[in-house]
Amino acid sequence: MRGFLPFLGHRLFRAFIALWLVSTVVFVVMRLSGDPVPLLLPPDAPRSEIFRVRAELGLDRPLPVQYGVFLANLARGDFGRSIHFREPAFNVVRDYLAATLELGLTAFVLAALAAVPIGLFSAMRRNTAVDHAAMGLALIGQSAPTFFLGILFILLLSLKADLFPTSGRGDWRHLVLPALTLGAFTMASIARLTRSAVLEVLGADYIRTARAKGVSETWVVAKHTLKNAAIPIVTITGLQFGTLLGGAVVTETVFSWPGIGRLAIQSIYNRDYPVVQCTVFLAALMFIVINFCIDLIYGFLDPRIRSG
Amino acid sequence: MASSIPASVPAEAARPAARAKSRARRRRLPWLVVAGLGFVGLLTVVALAAPLIAPQDPTRQSLRGRLGAPTVHGTDGRAHLLGTDHLGRDVLSRVIYGSQVSLLVGFAAVVVGGVLGSAAGILAGFSRGRMDAVIMTLADAQLAFPFILLAIGIIAVLGPSFPTLVVVIGLSGWVAYARILRAQTLALRSREFVEAVHGLGGSTTRIVLRHVLPNVLSSLVVIATLELARAIVLEATLSFLGLGIQPPTPSWGGMVQEGREYLDSAWWISTSPGLVLMATSIVVSRTGDWLRDLLDPTLRGE
Repeated sequence: MRGFLPFLGHRLFRAFIALWLVSTVVFVVMRLSGDPVPLLLPPDAPRSEIFRVRAELGLDRPLPVQYGVFLANLARGDFGRSIHFREPAFNVVRDYLAATLELGLTAFVLAALAAVPIGLFSAMRRNTAVDHAAMGLALIGQSAPTFFLGILFILLLSLKADLFPTSGRGDWRHLVLPALTLGAFTMASIARLTRSAVLEVLGADYIRTARAKGVSETWVVAKHTLKNAAIPIVTITGLQFGTLLGGAVVTETVFSWPGIGRLAIQSIYNRDYPVVQCTVFLAALMFIVINFCIDLIYGFLDPRIRSG
Repeated sequence: MASSIPASVPAEAARPAARAKSRARRRRLPWLVVAGLGFVGLLTVVALAAPLIAPQDPTRQSLRGRLGAPTVHGTDGRAHLLGTDHLGRDVLSRVIYGSQVSLLVGFAAVVVGGVLGSAAGILAGFSRGRMDAVIMTLADAQLAFPFILLAIGIIAVLGPSFPTLVVVIGLSGWVAYARILRAQTLALRSREFVEAVHGLGGSTTRIVLRHVLPNVLSSLVVIATLELARAIVLEATLSFLGLGIQPPTPSWGGMVQEGREYLDSAWWISTSPGLVLMATSIVVSRTGDWLRDLLDPTLRGE
């Protein structure tokens, strides 16, 4: 068996490179997108004023220098000052982050709590009407465009049935529709995967042995099936996190949810580089850290993966 | 990433008799797939023949016929089977014309992503070493953050246009091809027949074109189908955010956005294109799932 440390080091290195690449791409794209200064000043501002603001923001220096400064600041955790809000970009993003985390975590917990039992139930009742109905719904949840799902929920549950508010953030009732919209894809994916993972395990020899021993069906499911089906479920859970972050951009726009997804879009329109960079960097960091942890869990669970 | 999870894994796959049976079951065309292929065919015909089929000019406005409910006899004496929008344009005609944008952008993006991704994947698989590491790290980095943010950034820089949209959506999908083709190239290049060709003096280009590509063709078809569904949805999403095809050209995502304000009074503006989009996405990805099970069950793990 190979050592665990080289595996860890390799993974860390790759995570670091990915993070660096993401921030570099964002830097390049945002710098290409044009000068933010005219957006900050009144249209009739004198040229001298434009030059002064440009110098103040460091935008008059050559691009490689700006890039160097950007990387050096990044290493110190300094994302610069927001051009639009005129305060440190990190503070701006931090204020919006809570709303996104609230929405994302609710969506994720809702999805996982509903999906695993649904998938398990579908697998146990394979090829019955219940199974077909659940998997049909999962199929719709997986292929339906997020933005239209949101619109449908607003139309049916908010405007027609008047059960939930159409937009904004407030009490738990505001949270239901965005969380359902955002979680739909995740829920559908986990349900389908749980079903197939459980089915695969149910066909294994050791399940037959357990049954032949006279172990009760409940015990077979609880002890042998779920435990062995857990590995693929854990993996997809990590991957789903990235999908959730991407979906947050759309969901927050549809429901006017004051999170970092909507902030990022608005900041792109405002050419507020520091805020965009900070948002994308934090999102990528979260995604990379979570997947890094999952890789580690995986490496512990299944030593074959390390040498692979 | 969407719908890459198998719908079912036969539990008794280990037993030969059962395996043969399940293969036979897979070969027989399920009605859903027949319906799906029919739907895609129909959509293509509708997109190609839009000027002949559409009852009205999709950009013709009518101030008196605004926000009209679906009817066979509108105030202007014409039939509006799916109603009219906030500018009095016929929604059915706009949905019909909208299919042109969806399919055109979808297919073009799949070609762009497929060519780029396959080239990168085969290159990575063949060269291994440093080139492989660079390509795969790029792939990891792209998967590491929500691509839609990058897409929005690029479109904000270059301005929304048809070519930009195709390239951005195509770029968003290259990783799927690259990963699978790399794995298959790696597996193929150590096979005897490839070594034999190499030993006989066959060039790398020849090996790739004559021996690797034909062997990975079925995987390519499967990924391309799944990617088509994703590309169509991404185009609609960008159009919904105002970054896709610009008005007055009708696109499904843009129509859903236009109808959002009138959801309470004129629900048909948003729901008509949205439901067609949803059906297209479901049907195309379901067809992709089925193709995968039929042609290449090994892709399931991806």
